[in-house]
Amino acid sequence: MLNLLTILRNVALVLGVLAIVANRLHSGEISVAVASNFGNTIRALVAEYQASSEDEIKLILGSTGKLYAQILHGAPFDVFLAADEQRPKLLEEESITISDTRFTYAIGRLVLWSKRSDLVDSKGSVLEAGDFRFLSIAHPKLAPYGQAAKEVLMKMDLWEALAPKLVFGENVGQAFHFISSGNAELGLIAHSQILQPGSLTEGGSRWLVPSNLHSPIEQQAVQLSEKPESRRFLAFLKNEPALKIIREYGYDTP
Amino acid sequence: MFSEPDLIALSLTLKLALLSTFILLIVGTPLAWWLTVSRWPLKFVVETVIALPLVLPPTVLGFYVLIALGPNGPIGGFMELIGARSFAFTFSGLVFGSVLYSLPFVVQPLQNAFQAIGSRPFEVAATLGASPLDRFFSVAIPLAKPGFITATALGFAHTMGEFGVALMIGGSIPGETKVASIAIYEHVEALEYDRAHLLSLTLLAFSFIVLAIVYSSRRRFSLIPS
Repeated sequence: MLNLLTILRNVALVLGVLAIVANRLHSGEISVAVASNFGNTIRALVAEYQASSEDEIKLILGSTGKLYAQILHGAPFDVFLAADEQRPKLLEEESITISDTRFTYAIGRLVLWSKRSDLVDSKGSVLEAGDFRFLSIAHPKLAPYGQAAKEVLMKMDLWEALAPKLVFGENVGQAFHFISSGNAELGLIAHSQILQPGSLTEGGSRWLVPSNLHSPIEQQAVQLSEKPESRRFLAFLKNEPALKIIREYGYDTP
Repeated sequence: MFSEPDLIALSLTLKLALLSTFILLIVGTPLAWWLTVSRWPLKFVVETVIALPLVLPPTVLGFYVLIALGPNGPIGGFMELIGARSFAFTFSGLVFGSVLYSLPFVVQPLQNAFQAIGSRPFEVAATLGASPLDRFFSVAIPLAKPGFITATALGFAHTMGEFGVALMIGGSIPGETKVASIAIYEHVEALEYDRAHLLSLTLLAFSFIVLAIVYSSRRRFSLIPS
């Protein structure tokens, strides 16, 4: 019995020391939960940020809905970069965020894209001609880019007519993959996805959808922890040169 | 209670599981028999390939099936060549994916059952003048009945729960490729937890009943002296 107590005490001691060491090692590290459409952009941003900062940024990529549910149930993220304004707002209403930290960091643009160089014209009239079997979009209920795609098709009065040709990706990344694998001829996806350097998107044909055809895809950020690193990183996102990188990756900036 | 889209998803799942199980038994029985009797030294390669879906994440399988079905993939390319429509985003495509995905769940119990029979009953049947085909149908299949029950139930239940493959190659088309597991996932993502619960509980209850039938019947069979 006495032995057991000694062992327990020693274990507790070791754990305590480890915790202190781990804490030291990890000071200056924050976890940033990022909507997957912003993945490549955030990597470029983090590289830029770390050129002038000691702070470590750990990225967690996922769909906005999933990340939202995880944060709601206590996931230890410090910053949340969502693909919409709805989830950050909901978190704010639940008082999970640091108040007055919500802002729009990027405004998404839709593009109609095909791997075939002769399919998409500069006005998107291929949608009216309907000369294709599958049009890939993200699920309107799950993904802001899917919702925007639906709005575009409704505005063009094609939603009903094209319904039998629609295939839905669970997120805009999957919608992109349906096209890039050649299974869908074309699709409405995020402009940032086909601007990624070294991707499979060279060649092909595209139509950058005018932003007045859908309500703006405002991607919002919120701060979730009081850590100064979180505040510093968000401040970085609001300024040039971060905004310049964001624009280079196909987003508008506020 | 259920919304109409959810009912459609449930009936589609049931249709997919029934059809896939049927095809699995037709494909899996000769395959399992061949694996039992063959003395080919490279047989283990076939066994390994069949067992792969047990360990691979379904998304990997779905990813490769999607690429294979694309116009540059082997299957999609062939279909294009013969002027047929590609499997991607269709119910047939889902059946194809499900059969690949559930193959080990059907082949392995059947192979075990065939192996458990041993060679003695076949020797006796041969002495009595039964042809090889006759021996297969009137000796192997009846004696392997417990294996068939397990294989059918596992193949069926496993296809009911399929998610990764359907997600990757389905495209979530209502009535065509949007199965119950996809519907559940979408409800969770859209924060519609009530509807997610209802569908999940239905699948849970259904799977429980199917497996309970298997295990209760298995006991009955093992009581029969062999």
